[in-house]
Amino acid sequence: MSGGTEIPVRVTRVTPVAHRIKRFRFERSDGRPMPYFSGGAHVIVSMNDNGHVRRNAYSLMSAPYDCSAYEISVLHVEDSRGGSSFMHEKVREGDEMRVSHPVNLFQPDWRGRKHLLIAGGIGITPFIAMMEQFSREGACFEMHYAIRTRDRGAYCEDLIARYGPQRVKIYCDAENDRIPVARLLDSQPLGTHLYVCGPAGMIDGVLTTGLEAGWPEQNLHSERFLSSQPGKPFSIELTRSGRTVHVGHHESMLEAIEAAGIDAPFLCRGGACGQCETMVALCDGKLLHNDVYLTEEEKASGRKVMLCVSRFEGKALHLDL
Amino acid sequence: MAIAFKQETFRDDFSYRNSPENIRRFPFPFDRDEYMYAVNMEPHLKGQKGTAFESLIDVDEHYVAEMHDRALVLKEDPLRYQALPHMMTAQWDTLELLMEEQAAGFPEHFTLIRNGDQWRWINRPLGIDDTFTFGDRSTLPYEPLEYITRQAQGDFCIVDQRDGNLWMDAGMVTTQADWSLDFDIGMNFMEWHGPVPLAHQMGVFDRALKFLLNLQQGKPTRRFNWTMTINPRLDTSPENYHKWGPDRASVTPENVGEKVHLRVEVQSLWRLPRSNAILFVIRCYLMNMNELVTVPKWARRFPRVLSTLPPELIDYKGLTRYRQTTIDWLSRFDDGAPTSPGTFPD
Ligand SMILES: Cc1cc2nc3c(=O)[nH]c(=O)nc-3n(C[C@H](O)[C@H](O)[C@H](O)COP(=O)(O)OP(=O)(O)OC[C@H]3O[C@@H](n4cnc5c(N)ncnc54)[C@H](O)[C@@H]3O)c2cc1C
Ligand code: HEM
Ligand code: FES
Repeated sequence: MSGGTEIPVRVTRVTPVAHRIKRFRFERSDGRPMPYFSGGAHVIVSMNDNGHVRRNAYSLMSAPYDCSAYEISVLHVEDSRGGSSFMHEKVREGDEMRVSHPVNLFQPDWRGRKHLLIAGGIGITPFIAMMEQFSREGACFEMHYAIRTRDRGAYCEDLIARYGPQRVKIYCDAENDRIPVARLLDSQPLGTHLYVCGPAGMIDGVLTTGLEAGWPEQNLHSERFLSSQPGKPFSIELTRSGRTVHVGHHESMLEAIEAAGIDAPFLCRGGACGQCETMVALCDGKLLHNDVYLTEEEKASGRKVMLCVSRFEGKALHLDL
Repeated sequence: MAIAFKQETFRDDFSYRNSPENIRRFPFPFDRDEYMYAVNMEPHLKGQKGTAFESLIDVDEHYVAEMHDRALVLKEDPLRYQALPHMMTAQWDTLELLMEEQAAGFPEHFTLIRNGDQWRWINRPLGIDDTFTFGDRSTLPYEPLEYITRQAQGDFCIVDQRDGNLWMDAGMVTTQADWSLDFDIGMNFMEWHGPVPLAHQMGVFDRALKFLLNLQQGKPTRRFNWTMTINPRLDTSPENYHKWGPDRASVTPENVGEKVHLRVEVQSLWRLPRSNAILFVIRCYLMNMNELVTVPKWARRFPRVLSTLPPELIDYKGLTRYRQTTIDWLSRFDDGAPTSPGTFPD
């Protein structure tokens, strides 16, 4: 596989933490220490579902300087195509799995005078490691965390106990308590960096509010837990290998190409890193770009496509692979 | 096998020379008879024993003398080492990487003993045995990057990643081919590469930057760069141009063999774990023409490379004044026979 060298791990603990959320602890099967990582990093977890390999990105939430194990928290999404269902229903303590080396597409700006963190739901995960690192390195931060209901909010009490109610504020939808985004963004000291991770609507809202309030774009950071969207099946022709590959309803192009035994590069499998960028040789139809990597002009030109999340509708698609 | 470290100089009487064994392990950069810029990057993997790649951070017979030369440069000009405040975590990452790699590659010379945050570092060639607290700046005599790069061959830049670019925010630069950390500090990838001819138009830097932004932990990468230097001088900095610039006019057909040096940089790039920054190692190797012609393949290939170099590169690398004299001198060793592929001696 092309996502980097994989680390063999054993699942040493599975802990239910909230409604539809479980935490998984991975220790290395070869007894060596886990690599250190930086707050905000994720790994790709490879799941062997009866011979079918599923790969999803999950943010690391254990302490970045703790090399005894990695921990992730997984939300069991409604209508899961497989990945999060597999983690919830099939994975047991003692199972052997594989994870990639850490990749960070959500790195804090270390120059920040203050770090303003905004999380929604499962979007809390990358911040847990980030806060651990900020607090160890003496950086100033403040967390605003929105949850739908108390029983869905993971780690609320733990975080307040660890960092105090001054630094961690919880907002519960069901109690009509919302993050006062506009007011928050208006009252930050110069040199503050903002980070947001959560549902797409929340991310868009926070970023727009920030720009409208005059924040420099470089001070606004976000991570989207994108995954490939299902859609109509289609076929692609790979011009270099001379193969035709069928992409099913629930499959991404990347998954279909891998299933056909062709090694294609990837890192995030979430449309963000740019690694799976592929040249389009011919396109008779419409590319459905679902990534956040290509610029609008690149998307419009139809010359490139990101295999991990984008799709196609139409007569023929030839890729330079 | 223990390395026999040489006592030699890179200034004044220029007593630097390569032993015959060290010539054989020289990282000759040309795998064919011509040269042009390219996105020449390959995985930085360990190579065979007796090559410059036997360890990922190379230590050779010049180590002690080179560290002494670095100390002299820093004494005259402390700004050759700089680190912006937000790079402290990346400094510790770098210290860990260089200690681990040197100790793993050369256990008879270096030992690292880790006990939680209490570390003990033994550097036998330089007579250092220090115990310190990892992460606590006050337990070392210098900042962590300065401390460890006073004990590691090559120049070092740490680049921070943000806004889809790389920023030169820390470094130790005393063995450079005519560029200055003090000038480049805080610049981004495109800015500091501004002076390089042709490569921008070829799209080399766009592609290289994209590649580096995705550089992965545990998968270092490397590339070669090269130029030429008159006399075995490590510190060819813009700040000291008045000292070395005039040397270029001193080359005559009689002294080419001694004076003219091929200067090769093995550049390795490492994603750092705690900071997500990238460490850029520029390890410089020098070899004079008398030494180069002891390897027949290199003696044939190098004049051919020099003869076919694009004029923009000749000018940028500063070879104009002595290139032809060097080709003429080397041509005696080129019988026109074909050269084998690859860089290693036959
Ligand atoms: C950088 C990064 C970090 C991440 N970190 C985390 C993390 O820490 N924790 C976490 O839980 N997740 C995280 N994710 C998301 C995670 O990678 C998976 O995308 C998620 O677990 C869903 O995987 P799945 O295979 O179960 O869902 P998929 O089957 O891929 O489903 C994806 C979406 O499509 C919808 N869908 C599926 N089938 C249908 C259908 N037939 N019709 C209509 N809609 C459908 C689902 O409702 C779901 O919203 C991260 C993602 C990225 C890119
Ligand atoms: C972060 C990593 C890097 C750093 C810090 C760096 C730094 C530099 C610097 C300071 C110079 C001298 C410019 C001058 O004249 O002032 C230079 C030259 C150059 N760099 Fe880089 N560089 C990096 C990565 C790369 C990569 C990945 C490539 C790949 C193609 C590259 C290609 C070049 C080339 C071709 C030159 C001209 C060299 C010559 O002809 O002598 N650099 N670099
Ligand atoms: S794998 Fe990262 S964008 Fe596709």
